[in-house]
Amino acid sequence: MTPYLEVPLRLVVLLGLAPLLPGIINKVKAWVGGRRGPPVLQLYYDLARLWRKGVVMSTLASPGFIAGPAVAWVAVVAAIVLLPLGPAEAPFAFRGDVLLMIYLLALARFGTTWAAMETGSAFEGMGVAREVSYAVIAEAAIIAAVLSLSVQTGSVSLSAMLAPAPGAGAVLLAAGLFTVLLAENCRVPFDDPNTHLELTMIHEVMALDHSGPPLAVILHGAAVKLLLFSLLLVEAVLPLGGVSAPVALAIIAAGVFVVTIGVGLVESLLARFAFRSVPLLLTTAFLMCLFALLMAWKGGAA
Amino acid sequence: MSSTTPFTLLANTSCLPLAEVTELPVADLVRRTAGELDRGARLCSWFGTPAPAGAVRLVAVLAFDADNTLAVARSEPFSGAYPSLTVTHAQAHLFEREVREQHGVTPEGHPWLKPVRRSRPEGDAPANGEFFRVDGREVHEVAVGPVHAGIIEPGHFRFQCAGEEVLHLEIALGYQHRGIERALAAGPHRATVAQMETIAGDTTIAHTTAYASILEALAGTEAPLRAQWLRAVALELERLANHTGDMGALANDVAFLPTSAACGKVRGDFLNITALVCGNRFGRALVRPGGVRHDLDADRLAKLGERLEAAMGEVTRATEWLWDAASVRARFENTGTVHATQAAEVGLVGPAARACGLVRDVRYDHPAGWHRFAQAPVAVWPGGDVFARARVRDLEIQRSGQFIREQLGSAPEGGVLDEIAPPAPGSIAVALTEGWRGEVCHVALTDANGRFASYKVTDPSFHNWTGLALALRGTAISDFPLCNKSFNLSYCGHDL
Repeated sequence: MTPYLEVPLRLVVLLGLAPLLPGIINKVKAWVGGRRGPPVLQLYYDLARLWRKGVVMSTLASPGFIAGPAVAWVAVVAAIVLLPLGPAEAPFAFRGDVLLMIYLLALARFGTTWAAMETGSAFEGMGVAREVSYAVIAEAAIIAAVLSLSVQTGSVSLSAMLAPAPGAGAVLLAAGLFTVLLAENCRVPFDDPNTHLELTMIHEVMALDHSGPPLAVILHGAAVKLLLFSLLLVEAVLPLGGVSAPVALAIIAAGVFVVTIGVGLVESLLARFAFRSVPLLLTTAFLMCLFALLMAWKGGAA
Repeated sequence: MSSTTPFTLLANTSCLPLAEVTELPVADLVRRTAGELDRGARLCSWFGTPAPAGAVRLVAVLAFDADNTLAVARSEPFSGAYPSLTVTHAQAHLFEREVREQHGVTPEGHPWLKPVRRSRPEGDAPANGEFFRVDGREVHEVAVGPVHAGIIEPGHFRFQCAGEEVLHLEIALGYQHRGIERALAAGPHRATVAQMETIAGDTTIAHTTAYASILEALAGTEAPLRAQWLRAVALELERLANHTGDMGALANDVAFLPTSAACGKVRGDFLNITALVCGNRFGRALVRPGGVRHDLDADRLAKLGERLEAAMGEVTRATEWLWDAASVRARFENTGTVHATQAAEVGLVGPAARACGLVRDVRYDHPAGWHRFAQAPVAVWPGGDVFARARVRDLEIQRSGQFIREQLGSAPEGGVLDEIAPPAPGSIAVALTEGWRGEVCHVALTDANGRFASYKVTDPSFHNWTGLALALRGTAISDFPLCNKSFNLSYCGHDL
């Protein structure tokens, strides 16, 4: 398939399916709690509704208030295109694309925090401070995970790195990446996506002043980011190199589904942590990825 | 104690001719009150009552918990200023601000004479006013409210923070001020009992029982025994519903969904049991001066017992999930700690005080009505943190359930509503009830015609808001919602 056809096709599928994930998580939570819960497609309805609405702009905000979410969305979408889907390599695979992905995710974070700071609200300032402080450790964990994959495969291209199984460190890597997934996507125990209390929020509070299409873009970007991390986790842990493309796609879809249900179960059964213990948990995730790196390194040397 | 105090002693829910109440010059009243507070008394209420020629008398109502007795004294009429009691006893600080706001007498030396409820001429809300400020490069101020996320009452919270840590919290209320006490002047009116039911909508039974007890005491009578029994049962049902709701809300604030969902449902079950008694989920139209308006026939009594067992089973299971989850305990422990000495100093009441290890429960210390015959053990837990407050609530759920179980089998026979005589003229009556938030204190002074010269309502929230402000010191600002929920105080009960 030519890249001209493949990139739009991938984008349509990935961006179209992303809002399904929060819907599944909410269904799992409702099911465990004995409630009926919102429809699985709720986020689609929300996005459609927000897209039709007008925007309330603060008189203090610069154009960055709108540009921030747009930059963040584009960065996340670009990052997800860099991911291979099993044997189907990424359309733009090149040496070092993994570094670009990490930087694109950092750029996305910059975009959302920039937009949040625009109104000068104390709430959003606090949210940004939290987001950025926790990101320091979460990014270290991702880099350690990526390094371990890189050391093992001897490659710095995602398509080559994600194909084989990560060997003995697979369990450590899975645990570390899952924890990072929860932190990066503001799920329990790091953040509570359902809370209405501004003082306790991280991600939600950064979008408090946004409305209409920019809010829709922020919400959709968050869903795409969740899908990106789920894909990364599944492909990093499962050996997809040897199987045919349709089977690999089916395995990936099933894996993402399992991860999503796992997130829902964690949210149902675990209370949220106090902010002061969040760095501890994130450091644990970092250490798990680091040990995976050590195992990959030593395993390669032996 | 009783032989040496200058105060006039009286029991809970009783009445005295005003002429028998000790009258002291105002400086002496302040000094003597300070002396009694030093000896372990507690300030239940402190308010002004109009005297002829624009002057004011102060009235002090104290509780000697260990002696199971209350004490009152009043000042000679004065105007202008008087030496502040707050300087030595912090528990008087809101009362003295309130007296200044209502009667224009200034407590000299009071460190923070802001209005309590009334808006300033230049501003539209009580929040307009000075706030205590902390200076420093790292210090920032966070303003929350009066409009909040979620469906709750309005109140303004001003935090002084260094990063995530709260250095100081100041709470400005008054948005719900409806003028209840002013409406009671020259009462009781026809609407009075309905107003009493709405002082704090979730504390209907406690407030209405206090009011009814005042009128019965002033009439020199008591409600029929069966009415007193039913009031006690309804009071515990109110406690059960609210405590269950609070356990669910606490779980929700730490994102622990199973308990949150289950308690939300069981709270409704308890409210429906109250509706079974009187037709209203919040206990409206049940308690009336002279008794209660609805009797429980044998059928509904049996049904009440069945539904109570079912709801108790569910709430017990839901709270067990909560205590079994290590993540919840980690979140609750050492969050929002109020030390026992602080709690005693600011005069906390109810579960908030009992969670600091203070044994304070009107049902036990100053029994009136049915509680003279039947009692539940006082639920106390040391620690003073969110965990302790949740624990006390959970214990009270179990003990209230047990109390109702025991009482269902021992209902006295007889009628439930008597006509009562008009209030005695020139008298003072005091009634305390242990509502689910703590001590509800009503004090009535009647004039020569038997109408209310003053009617003072003190909701437990009036004592406890200061406790919340103290709990936040040195805590992360992100823990504020959890601490707030663990106190769950009433805005309208404070604002009257």
